[in-house]
Amino acid sequence: MSFLTVLYACIFYAATAMLVGGLAVKINRYARTPAPLKIPTTPAPTTTGGVVFRMAREVALFESLFKSNKWIWLFGWLFHVSLLLVTLRHLRYFTDPVWFWVVWAQPFGKYAGFAMVAGLGGLWARRFLVDRVRYISTPSDHLMLVLLLGIGLSGLGMSFVAHTDIVAVKEFFLGLMVFDLHPLPADPVLLVHLSLVALLMVIFPISKLLHAPGIFFSPTRNQTDDSRERRHIAPWATKFDVGSGSKSK
Amino acid sequence: MAAPQFEVPKLTGNIEVPAVKEGASAHVRSYPANAVIQESIGFPGGAAPGELVEGWHDKAISKMGDLLGRYRSLQVFMDACVHCGACTDKCHYFLGTGDPKNMPVARQDLMRSVYRRHFTFAGKYFPSLVGAKDLTKEVLDDWYAYYYQCSECRRCSVYCPYGIDTAEVTMAGREILDTVGYGQKYTNEIIGKLHKIGNNLGLPGPALLDTLEGMEEDMLDATGVAVKLPLDVAGVEVLLVTPSADFFAEPHVESLMGYAKVFHAAGISWTLSTTASEAGNFGIFIGSYENMRRAAMRIREAALELGVKRIVVGECGHAWRVAYSFWNTLIGVGAGGEDPFSIELQKQLDPRYPAPQHICEFTLDLIKQGKLKFDKSLNDHRVVTFHDSCNVARGSRMGDIPGGQFIIPREVIKAVVNNYHDMAEETIGEGTYCCGGGGGILTDDLLEIRVKGALPRMEAFNNEVQENKVNFLALICAICKSQFTKVVPFYGFDMSMVGGVHQLVSTAILLENKEEE
Repeated sequence: MSFLTVLYACIFYAATAMLVGGLAVKINRYARTPAPLKIPTTPAPTTTGGVVFRMAREVALFESLFKSNKWIWLFGWLFHVSLLLVTLRHLRYFTDPVWFWVVWAQPFGKYAGFAMVAGLGGLWARRFLVDRVRYISTPSDHLMLVLLLGIGLSGLGMSFVAHTDIVAVKEFFLGLMVFDLHPLPADPVLLVHLSLVALLMVIFPISKLLHAPGIFFSPTRNQTDDSRERRHIAPWATKFDVGSGSKSK
Repeated sequence: MAAPQFEVPKLTGNIEVPAVKEGASAHVRSYPANAVIQESIGFPGGAAPGELVEGWHDKAISKMGDLLGRYRSLQVFMDACVHCGACTDKCHYFLGTGDPKNMPVARQDLMRSVYRRHFTFAGKYFPSLVGAKDLTKEVLDDWYAYYYQCSECRRCSVYCPYGIDTAEVTMAGREILDTVGYGQKYTNEIIGKLHKIGNNLGLPGPALLDTLEGMEEDMLDATGVAVKLPLDVAGVEVLLVTPSADFFAEPHVESLMGYAKVFHAAGISWTLSTTASEAGNFGIFIGSYENMRRAAMRIREAALELGVKRIVVGECGHAWRVAYSFWNTLIGVGAGGEDPFSIELQKQLDPRYPAPQHICEFTLDLIKQGKLKFDKSLNDHRVVTFHDSCNVARGSRMGDIPGGQFIIPREVIKAVVNNYHDMAEETIGEGTYCCGGGGGILTDDLLEIRVKGALPRMEAFNNEVQENKVNFLALICAICKSQFTKVVPFYGFDMSMVGGVHQLVSTAILLENKEEE
């Protein structure tokens, strides 16, 4: 087995462990931290069903962003939806036989790569062109876009310019999942693509990419507006109730 | 009025996004609190006002850790921001000053940079990459300046794709500042007065009684009807809790007389309470759960003592937010609690009505039942528009449907006036612009930021004045009333154009003399 194959196998095992472990730690912290007060931004749904619907609109349509700024919405939504299509298409490299709906999504996923790069380009341009957005941009904000653009462009390169041995790549990843190593082609564009993806996986749980799980825990969006109908009290706050004007437990 | 020491923005007819002007409002700072003020509300004070206590660095970091563990909002909001820029043009203080640290994301970043440095892997090992900063005195000075240039109005949270609410960050920032002795004189002094005397103005019971009697005489002279303002009467139907400004300030008193006339006309017995003579709860402004709870507790105690069946809250924005959203949590006023603490109150309060109830809900309910009679033409000298107060618009509700807080006050107004126009749609409702004086900003030492922060609202108001001859800005918040009466003259308007919704009710309502039962 070549050094390269072993190296990339190790990289992907490590990156997966860091992604899953890191996200688990963060999600666990979000879930365990109490939300002591009802702070939904109104007009807020009064039922759990309404909250699920509101959250679905936020996640699928970026409703609040749409209200805020049409340009950011356009580029942001384009990027995310394209990324979703591209990711779904990539499932073909991890499944055998390939699920029917992945086959169905294949052509969309293939061309979504262009839309993804266009969306990222638009978002990056804003960081230079709009003085307010330039002011708030940190080096990591730029690097994150560079990283995603690198992934997108190297992927497009393999799809449309210099094809890689995709059958071997698929065997490598299928093998990886059952701890049975198959050789990875030593194609430079592929190696760049895979390295950047692994880097993205590693920084996911320690970066602003935490917005992905974070949105589901955002109290202003996930709370029901029922504060007059139901008493809502955090564990750390219940201690105040004891012995203050009423019978203590 | 003495000439202001700053440039008052000119009205242009449009709400324009200014170019970034770094440091444009860095000099605007309120007076810090001294040790006596700090200690009266459970925080330490430094050797001089604004001086930090010993060991402040570790104390501040440890408090931040404590708050991150206590508030999911803060923990998630510190992590989730992607610097997309959606909020950058949403804050009225940025629109009024151009100071980039008044952009919500940058205001949050003042704390986020320290959070990253001390609580995240990336910030510990690659600080400059992610904009992480050590906590220094200069950083705390920046916090003090800019966390007191935020009215916690939550407009930014409406537009953030993750619902990041700068108010939560501002509150945490202020709580940390308080923990190291760097509190604000205005807010903390008021909280202290509330704990000690029972209301924000520091009015003792006898003064209150005297004021109410004076107002009863005024109403008798004006209407020929003996409208009462009862104080500390046990066994009545309703306890009214209203901001103490309603007892003294103009135009606030006009609304208080309006509430009294509604109770009188509907024949519903009611009372005010000397110990619960304040609906305002400045504890929310400094993010202090303990102070907020302590302030709210007086209302619970007064309700139990007086044996009332309903609790109604007067025209006050943040007070309504605390009452509607937090009273059930803090003091068990509301339904659904199964602990002895709240059951005690539920046994007493009438379950047919929501607890607490907003005065606009209360009045509209009576209007719909046909229990109130109006002559709308008595308001014909007024062309009215309505300002949605931020804490009502974005932090609470009225009625039983989402957005009821936008509908109900307008229905009350339309029942009592003939001429009504809304301001531009994107400046009202959930997107309403703050008056510029909320959240602990309503102090003369912050006049510059108050005037500049009012700019977007003034633009929208001015457009209605020009196009529709609007001459009355109707409000349901005591802070909005105080802020606008002070600030509208800077923009060329007369302060008499500002008033309460129940002031309009008061003008149009038809009264009869009622026999005491």
